[in-house]
Amino acid sequence: MAEERKYRKPIPRLDEESKPFWEACARHELYVQRCRRCSKIFYYPRAVCPEDLSPDLEWVRCSGRGKVYTFTVTYQNQSAGFRENLPYVMAYVELEEGVRLLTNIVGCKPEEVRIDMPVEVTFEDASPDISIPLFKPAGT
Amino acid sequence: MSITGKAAVVGVYEHPLRWAPHKTQYQLMAESARGALEDAGLSIKDVDGLFTSGVGPMGIVSLAEYLNLTPDYLDSNSIGGSSFVSHTGHAAAAIAAGYCTVALIVYGSTWASDRFAIGTGGGVGSDPPDQFEACFGPTTVGDYALVAQRHMHEFGTTSEQLAEIAVTMRRHAALNPFAKFRDPITVEDVLASRIVSSPLHLLDCCMISDGGGAVVVTSAERARDLKKKPVYILGAAEACYHTSAGCRDLTDAAAKQSGPKALARAGVTHQDIDMAMIYDSFTITVLVTLESLGFCQKGEGGAFVQDGRIGLGGELPINTDGGGLSSNHPGMRGIFLVIEATKQLRGECGERQVKDCRLALCHGTGGTLGLRHSGATLVLGV
Repeated sequence: MAEERKYRKPIPRLDEESKPFWEACARHELYVQRCRRCSKIFYYPRAVCPEDLSPDLEWVRCSGRGKVYTFTVTYQNQSAGFRENLPYVMAYVELEEGVRLLTNIVGCKPEEVRIDMPVEVTFEDASPDISIPLFKPAGT
Repeated sequence: MSITGKAAVVGVYEHPLRWAPHKTQYQLMAESARGALEDAGLSIKDVDGLFTSGVGPMGIVSLAEYLNLTPDYLDSNSIGGSSFVSHTGHAAAAIAAGYCTVALIVYGSTWASDRFAIGTGGGVGSDPPDQFEACFGPTTVGDYALVAQRHMHEFGTTSEQLAEIAVTMRRHAALNPFAKFRDPITVEDVLASRIVSSPLHLLDCCMISDGGGAVVVTSAERARDLKKKPVYILGAAEACYHTSAGCRDLTDAAAKQSGPKALARAGVTHQDIDMAMIYDSFTITVLVTLESLGFCQKGEGGAFVQDGRIGLGGELPINTDGGGLSSNHPGMRGIFLVIEATKQLRGECGERQVKDCRLALCHGTGGTLGLRHSGATLVLGV
């Protein structure tokens, strides 16, 4: 319980559509979805393909590797969980699978982050059920 | 059905206050409505179309009640700061279709005196993407900074070029007696201001103010008998860009879709536009919007905003009131774009008047460029 209280950032409120994604994150595995009809790979998770509305989808396990598409070092955020952890790096990471997701870059100094820098997924346990996919420099 | 020339802006009013702790939001809206109707020579009893945003889900009905109106047409399209630019286009369409005859578009906000941290606060919404974003600490500034960083990487855009936009807006604000920040600044000042979210400095960001404004639109026919020179609504279009299921090019804005459509509907080209009001939540918003609208090629925005081109006397003066960067930004600035463009087209801008101003373009951006946003383009002319 003490650990739960320590995590003060917003905890994702999962729903029926996102449950498999977050359950995989809790196992420290990253998944995106692919449409079986049109083969589109997409993120964030949803119940239908955003290309053709097909419900026939499959989960694709990601390698966890990608590169920084863009980032920002945030020095000001009044919100709980962030104001205690300034500065932090928010980024879009482009996964090897081809889609981009919003995340944080950790495991290095903010000033070391560069666009196109190779990164790999790492998970922060926010609660016993929820782990957040973050990224760190590849091979560290 | 084309709306071109069928409706006109006939009344505008920008509330002079930037700090209004002694007033309520609805009071600011009512005072703005009174000002715009007086400007038009119309009465509140003439209003049969009501447009607003920045209120709660049923807020437009509460506003009708506050004003004791029972309008025939209601539109509280809420797509962020661009909403009021969108409303102006919608009002023209509603008037052209005969759904209403006198449209009142109104806005009021006390976000500054409410101490609402629009740019650097957080909060978790209930829309689908929130659970995949809120945990990473997105702020409004940060979301735009993601675009600025990528633009710099792809095109070599510099902080100096972005700063040029803030410096130009401040120079314009010095000519606007109601602008909040009127003291000149330099590129060096912008670069020396603290970084809020890299690469954006404090002076790359708009302010948070209180404020209000209103716009009155009626048919071209009725406009001819009113007090002020009619400012015709010639073209309008809107669009939204988002994360595109994980594949969006962040350096494009929704203006890329709405801009060419609005210009084509007005039957004009970029070269015809005498001045533009470009939503300036941040310096990067202006640069990306100018590129997306097509005033310059993609990647050339940095060079375009230099050498006085976007200042008064330049090729395309923008935000002659000082913009959100220096005049006012109560959270949703769209209405002020329409108000200033109208005043320019009427020739009422005194020291900051654009010479021979016949055609103006307004483009509002709502939401955040880096996550999801709307764009609304309007072409006005006399």
